[in-house]
Amino acid sequence: MPLQTLNIALADDDEDDRTLFKEAMSEIKIKTKLSLFNNGKELMDYLTLPNVILPEIVFLDLNMPIKNGMQCLNEIRNHPRLQDLLVAIYSTSSSEADIEETFVNGANIYINKPNSFGALKQAIEKVLQLNWQYHTSALNKDNFLLRI
Amino acid sequence: MQLMRIYLKFDFNLICKTVLQEQLDALGMNYTLHGVGEIEFDKRPTNEEEQEMASVLGNYGIEIMDDQQMALVQRIKDSISEWINDEENPKLYNFSSYLSEKLDYSYTYLSSIFSEATYSSIENFVILKKIDFAKSLILQNNLTLTEIAYKLNYSSVSHLSAQFKKTTGLTPSAFQKIILKRKERALNQK
Repeated sequence: MPLQTLNIALADDDEDDRTLFKEAMSEIKIKTKLSLFNNGKELMDYLTLPNVILPEIVFLDLNMPIKNGMQCLNEIRNHPRLQDLLVAIYSTSSSEADIEETFVNGANIYINKPNSFGALKQAIEKVLQLNWQYHTSALNKDNFLLRI
Repeated sequence: MQLMRIYLKFDFNLICKTVLQEQLDALGMNYTLHGVGEIEFDKRPTNEEEQEMASVLGNYGIEIMDDQQMALVQRIKDSISEWINDEENPKLYNFSSYLSEKLDYSYTYLSSIFSEATYSSIENFVILKKIDFAKSLILQNNLTLTEIAYKLNYSSVSHLSAQFKKTTGLTPSAFQKIILKRKERALNQK
């Protein structure tokens, strides 16, 4: 059965984390095309290029130099062409206040960076599966919140 | 200035049906609508007609599917939504027999087609739809969780809460708090 490819973007300043993410992504059944960015500024510069193909989902590390994840999230939510993007925050913080704050700021998904490759793969798979349903079914995206 | 809010409730099936009727009538087609996901034509549309239809319907985010299996998947999804959204439905008999009777295929066949095309089992999709519906009911504010659990045919509030938490990672009250805060913030920014 012919299936579309999901376009995914990840912004993370840690090279090891980017590599792990990429490997985990390549082992997942859903077909994806992953674009990697070293920080929030690189990501935002890319997303705001004219005629760029927008990703179906953006993964943002919270702590990044130059432009952090929260700044990116705010810019995305206030940008007319980007405001409907699905945004997943990907962070080591498990403080309830941080998590609530990111959701209130408009994140759809909050992922606590898992500490094993298996758990990372599982988390990404869950996000992509759910994301797929939101793209292909009549589900209300405004209410799409997921915490892993 | 006094702020005022109004809250809207949508009948998605009616909206989709109306859009389809308006657009197809405007194109002068002879057709019958079967549910929301299927249109039957009296005679085969010409290529030009099909292209025109694809383009006007595309404006509403409606896509014409050419793959028969995808069309069947869509009908499964529509039946699931109908089953969940129909409040009159007593949901007494089980979902798999409802589905196979309605679509006239064996449940085994339907579930294998569905899993292949959507990366999800029918059962998981039903849960997702139920939780999506529960979310909209929670945000309407005038229903208690007990009433919502009853409406969606959960055996208890704790069953609903547990499935909500498992699906979203959040409790129903945490979910409600976040959405309300978002709305407040959006209002304050205006």
